[in-house]
Amino acid sequence: MGFLEELKALLPGRVLTQEAALAPYESDALTAYRRRPLAVVLPERKEEVVQVVRLCHRHGVPFVARGSGTSLSGGSLPVEGGIVLALNRMNRILRLDPTARIAVVEPGVVNLEVSRQAAPFGLYYAPDPSSQPVSTIGGNVAFNSGGAHCLKYGMTANHVLGLEVVTPEGEVVRLGGESLEGVGPDFHGFFVGTEGLLGVAVEITLRLLPKPEAYHTLLAAYDSLEKAGDAVSLVIRRGLLPGALEIMDRLAIEAAEKAVRAGYPQAEALLIVELEGPKEEVAEEARVLEEVIRESGAYAVRVAQSEAERQAIWKGRKAAFSAVGRLSPDYLVQDGVVPRSRLGEALREIQRLSQAFGLRVANVFHAGDGNLHPLVLYDGKKPGELERAEALAGEILRLCVRLGGSLTGEHGIGVEKKAYMPEMFAQEDLFAMERVKAALDPKGLANRGKVLPEVVHG
Amino acid sequence: MVRASTLAEVVEAVRAYPRLRPRGGGTKPALSAPREGEVELALGLSGILEYEPEEFVFTAWAGTPVAEVEEALRAHGQYLPFHPPLKAQGATLGGTVAAGLSGPLRHRFGGVRDFLLGVRFVDGEGRVVRGGGKVVKNAAGFPFHRLMVGSLGAFGVMVELSFKVFPYPRATRTLRAEMPGLHEALSALERLRLLPLDLLALDLIPPATLEARLGGFPGSVAARLEGLKRLLAQEGAQRTEVLKEDEAHWEGVRDLRFLEESPIWVKVPAGPLSIPRLEALPLGPRRYLDGGEVLYAGTGPEGLEALRRAGFPHLVLRGAEDPLYPPPPEAFFAKLKRALDPTGRFPLG
Ligand SMILES: Cc1cc2nc3c(=O)[nH]c(=O)nc-3n(C[C@H](O)[C@H](O)[C@@H](O)COP(=O)(O)OP(=O)(O)OC[C@H]3O[C@@H](n4cnc5c(N)ncnc54)[C@H](O)[C@@H]3O)c2cc1C
Ligand SMILES: Cc1cc2nc3c(=O)[nH]c(=O)nc-3n(C[C@H](O)[C@H](O)[C@H](O)COP(=O)(O)OP(=O)(O)OC[C@H]3O[C@@H](n4cnc5c(N)ncnc54)[C@H](O)[C@@H]3O)c2cc1C
Repeated sequence: MGFLEELKALLPGRVLTQEAALAPYESDALTAYRRRPLAVVLPERKEEVVQVVRLCHRHGVPFVARGSGTSLSGGSLPVEGGIVLALNRMNRILRLDPTARIAVVEPGVVNLEVSRQAAPFGLYYAPDPSSQPVSTIGGNVAFNSGGAHCLKYGMTANHVLGLEVVTPEGEVVRLGGESLEGVGPDFHGFFVGTEGLLGVAVEITLRLLPKPEAYHTLLAAYDSLEKAGDAVSLVIRRGLLPGALEIMDRLAIEAAEKAVRAGYPQAEALLIVELEGPKEEVAEEARVLEEVIRESGAYAVRVAQSEAERQAIWKGRKAAFSAVGRLSPDYLVQDGVVPRSRLGEALREIQRLSQAFGLRVANVFHAGDGNLHPLVLYDGKKPGELERAEALAGEILRLCVRLGGSLTGEHGIGVEKKAYMPEMFAQEDLFAMERVKAALDPKGLANRGKVLPEVVHG
Repeated sequence: MVRASTLAEVVEAVRAYPRLRPRGGGTKPALSAPREGEVELALGLSGILEYEPEEFVFTAWAGTPVAEVEEALRAHGQYLPFHPPLKAQGATLGGTVAAGLSGPLRHRFGGVRDFLLGVRFVDGEGRVVRGGGKVVKNAAGFPFHRLMVGSLGAFGVMVELSFKVFPYPRATRTLRAEMPGLHEALSALERLRLLPLDLLALDLIPPATLEARLGGFPGSVAARLEGLKRLLAQEGAQRTEVLKEDEAHWEGVRDLRFLEESPIWVKVPAGPLSIPRLEALPLGPRRYLDGGEVLYAGTGPEGLEALRRAGFPHLVLRGAEDPLYPPPPEAFFAKLKRALDPTGRFPLG
């Protein structure tokens, strides 16, 4: 029996091979890249994933795990001649234990669903990528996804306590456990963020947190991006530790307004600050924040007086990415990080690059942790524009590394940024990653062609 | 013994000796005392390399004493929220990461794994490898820094580490509550864990004492302290007391002074559900930190044996030959070892 026949025998009726059925899996949210897989398989239980991975290993067929395909860096782009393991059907919350404050989930569970199920116990799952209504925990784990609350609460890695992983050779291994503390090497922490190169996560133990008692959500309007950026520094210098500190520029505000009518004021830049914690503490912090915002030269300030008003402030921010789609037929989202104190410099330079390349750039970012999300607007139908957009995006990445930051804060390297890895890492660092990959995946089957640059030896 | 005070000397030592055991200063001798055939690598790599208070980030040599780091942070109103243990005895950053140890204040924001941002280490072949970065958020490349946490030095000698830090609360207070018995103490613990109280620390000292530490603006702390007292009274506390010595008390806890008399020191990952089973074992002085998530216990050989028989994973910090139980999962460990330390130069514990 050939590979496909064996595969179909393993998962009867759940192996897609027809052109029309494969089309939706040809790309992730970075639609500039497309590739047709050999087949898409739809496992429903972890034993099936194990069997499929073992089959792939035996036949030397590459595989790509896929959650909801919302990766913005080509992370779930199929490999030519390989299969896609679409994990959306593995979407059960296996156990939610409020006493232990954990949730044990299958990889296809949608991020927001965890918080929904935990809510009756006063708990929630902290990492909140803007894609949380659709992206899966498996995808979040692979990418170490972030969100608006990373400065205070950390990224996905900080909320994963244990993993069951199928290694690329088809071995099943348990990493970590159910406690916040472990002994021995932190393998589950290491697995998070390796973008599916070291195996497929089939079961994930998440830590849950008590929902904060009170929020104080403030929206401030500025007549320049720099003033908004300076306000962020001021907040930090006063010793405040907000749950979220977000900035949007004029283009992003316009787009969000058109899309969801959040009722934002007209401004060159908007700053969103959210304090959270016990109500007495939040009240004291709010007084300090009020002073800071006054000093920072905001010309309009709005404080949410109710949960509905708070949600309204967040609505525009959370919709900003998709909203930009209304301003331009296509866009590339970048995800570089710079030290917080270099934000102003980075933004000025991005503006200059935007003019030099003749392409508009909208900015939405997690200012609290220096994580930029410049959206490079282009029209794929115009010859050469995609290439120009990619070149501009590349310059922004180089800029971030030059300022002491990182190529990616949360969207991963994928295929999109792998060529830039040598800008951030020395050869020895990349060799070490290659050796680890080769040791766990000697045939190079798991998410082949991602993260590691083609030519390290240069 | 070989001494290394620069990166180049570490590389040289690694290339020169087939079996090497790094040692920061030996606060966890079960881990750092050399065995038959091993050469002890004494690390003199000490000092802070970069510190930008406004970034909440610093980078230091791995051999830097925790005490030195904390002093520098305090000057800017900041701290290491994971509260590395054994500070007063001379614990270093490298030893803390390698052993994977966090203190009582881990309760508020998380443990050492949550605050480590980047590493530079010398692997088993003498190659210098960097993982992670120096910014508070980063998802590029394989996170070698997180692999170092709890690794006991098995993948390489850490030379440089970057951490995230936070502002230290303006005021702190501690409430101690005596509960009628273990059962009541546990149910109170479980209740407090589910509430949004933002406690800095929440410890259970068996059989029936709870200690909770609050931090924040002075006014807010005072009000929350009253609320906490009421809560604990509802839970059946027989007596509550606000500690006079707040800072000094918790420094004693993080230095594991309650273990001083015990021959064997052990760390056990726990959780409220496993506490009753742990309490049935013949352990000596002990304290559950972080809402019951981790136990530090003093014991003798029989306690260690009991932990093992009951299947509790643990790490011995002092007083036994075989520090780590159980051994790490082969499918991952053996392969990573092959990639980073193919000749097995570094022992695992
Ligand atoms: C004033 C003073 C007083 C002292 N008093 C005492 C005392 O009373 N009792 C005592 O025992 N010691 C004492 N010491 C020594 C002190 O404990 C050591 O300096 C301490 O820093 C050891 O580091 P550690 O405890 O963090 O790690 P260690 O206990 O040295 O090591 C723990 C584990 O980490 C590994 N490791 C350590 N560093 C690295 C690294 N960079 N890379 C990879 N792996 C690493 C080790 O191999 C081991 O597995 C004192 C030191 C001073 C300066
Ligand atoms: C509108 C929009 C907003 C976004 N906002 C954010 C944001 O705020 N923060 C953020 O971090 N990201 C954001 N993203 C990016 C994306 O949503 C995240 O990276 C998310 O984690 C991807 O999840 P997914 O289920 O769609 O995974 P996919 O795109 O399907 O896969 C992502 C990667 O994970 C791997 N993978 C998936 N499942 C597994 C598994 N079980 N085991 C091993 N590997 C696996 C895939 O191979 C791939 O490499 C956004 C995307 C969009 C479209």
